[in-house]
Amino acid sequence: MTARPKLEAQDIRLSYLQPRTGTALAALDGVNLQIMEGEFVAIVGPSGCGKTTFLSVVDGLIAATAGRVLVDGEAVTRPGPDRAVVFQDASLLPWRTVLGNVRYGLECLGVAAREAGARAEKLVALVGLSGFEHHYPHELSGGMQQRVNLARALVVDPKILLMDEPFAALDAQTRELMQEELLRIWAAAKKTVLFITHQIDEALYLADRVVVFSGRPGKVKDSIAVDIERPRPIGVKRQARFHALEDRIWELIEEDVKTKAREDRHARA
Amino acid sequence: MRRFYLQHERAILGAVGIIAFLILWEGFARGWWAELLQPLLGPQAARLQLRPIFISSPTRIARAAFDMIFVTGAIWKDFGWSGLEFTLGVALALAIGIPLGLAAGWYRRLSYAVEPFLTALNATPQVAFLPLLILWVGTGLACRVLIIVLLAVLPIAIGAVAAVRTVDARLIRVARSFSANDALLFRSIILPSSVPFLLAGARLAVGRGMIGIVVGEIYGSAAGIGAMMNQAGSRFETDKVFVGVLAIAVAGVGLVEGLRRIERRVEAWRPQVAA
Ligand SMILES: Nc1ncnc2c1ncn2[C@@H]1O[C@H](COP(=O)(O)OP(=O)(O)O)[C@@H](O)[C@H]1O
Ligand SMILES: [Mg+2]
Repeated sequence: MTARPKLEAQDIRLSYLQPRTGTALAALDGVNLQIMEGEFVAIVGPSGCGKTTFLSVVDGLIAATAGRVLVDGEAVTRPGPDRAVVFQDASLLPWRTVLGNVRYGLECLGVAAREAGARAEKLVALVGLSGFEHHYPHELSGGMQQRVNLARALVVDPKILLMDEPFAALDAQTRELMQEELLRIWAAAKKTVLFITHQIDEALYLADRVVVFSGRPGKVKDSIAVDIERPRPIGVKRQARFHALEDRIWELIEEDVKTKAREDRHARA
Repeated sequence: MRRFYLQHERAILGAVGIIAFLILWEGFARGWWAELLQPLLGPQAARLQLRPIFISSPTRIARAAFDMIFVTGAIWKDFGWSGLEFTLGVALALAIGIPLGLAAGWYRRLSYAVEPFLTALNATPQVAFLPLLILWVGTGLACRVLIIVLLAVLPIAIGAVAAVRTVDARLIRVARSFSANDALLFRSIILPSSVPFLLAGARLAVGRGMIGIVVGEIYGSAAGIGAMMNQAGSRFETDKVFVGVLAIAVAGVGLVEGLRRIERRVEAWRPQVAA
């Protein structure tokens, strides 16, 4: 008997109603996905293929047109404390300090102030921001803001972490640093992670499995196991095995990326 | 010396402007300019002396103000009445405008229902309602408070609508993702991001409330700064009229400065933009 997946998406479909034209836009076209407990799964796909939409459905922020999301076999209908999102833009509350932002999720869940403060401080230390507790977001670099974003999600101790291109806006060096750090935290915290990115090397470096989305409307094109042992020093990115996997995934999405680029050119013209 | 000037340039130039203006004014009232330009303009120069009954003069106004404040103390009663009208009027306008505006900003359907009224009220000069108000509630305190409400409620409500409409949708997603209920969403996201809009609305409301004081006291009011000015005007006591203008200006500037202080405290997190 096979174990039950921690998270399961069954044939998720979603169309947006476009207010301007009144027509429906298909964003997701039957996404099927199973993630086991403690697994780190990355989704890659061209921009606009519905990755953020899929994540929002999994979090329960938007309802799918058809299909369902199961966590531990139970259907998801709304956001819950078993899942937390690390948002694409840091989306920090600008009027709250680092500590205040990290506490935010706990306040929403009604955790007592004292306990919330203590837990938030621990998380601030875990993501390496000790000494910055009382800084405001605008006083932080992009990388530090994303650390706060990560701590804010981790502090509620979710079983599943949903990450939406959290490092996309960072410079290359900071990004690599954050990737290493994320693996360190993940290894310690043992969470199930669904990580969205449009960068193939990021997906390969982080994940146990890379799921490739097709261009819009998004659906799963292929799922590739990353058989690179952990812990992974940043140097694995330069191994031949890594490059071979990179090429394989690139072949899968190349066509969609080019189609998308053509569409964009047409849209501009 | 030069450094001192550069550091206080703004204050110094402001003071110079005011003093020059006061001297010019005093000169017209006392005939300084007429005398000075007599050789140049001949008999025409007499036109540069203006009768104090029309323009008063800074020293006359100062004397009148001194009398009214310290000698007779007459202005305090007027100040008290107007202050009462203003406080009640603006408080009511806030109590109506903020909830209405926030709700209209949040619930699209409510905004469809409310917006025609806001637009129409915004397009009419609200003082046009004064005769109606008098018809309904007479010329007493209620009438004067209501005209202030009518004038002040609009910028407050419009500011509140704008506040909610411009809340960062990404922050609302964050709150929803953490299962925040509506009350918490309002308290933790919508209210804090609304502060600048609400205070901007309040600043406009202060100015309009001052208009309300003057207009509301024109009819049948025995006390208040506006009534005092109206009566003094009809008796050609120009100095007193100016004292009233000055009193309203000082009160207005003081209130706006108070709001700015509040804003600076509440918005202390905002990055300081170099001047
Ligand atoms: N709220 C919305 N209303 C209408 N269309 C939307 C909305 N959000 C996203 N879309 C469209 O759905 C498609 C997928 O968007 P998204 O999930 O953000 O893609 P990705 O995250 O992969 O870049 C895009 O074409 C986008 O324009
Ligand atoms: Mg996205």
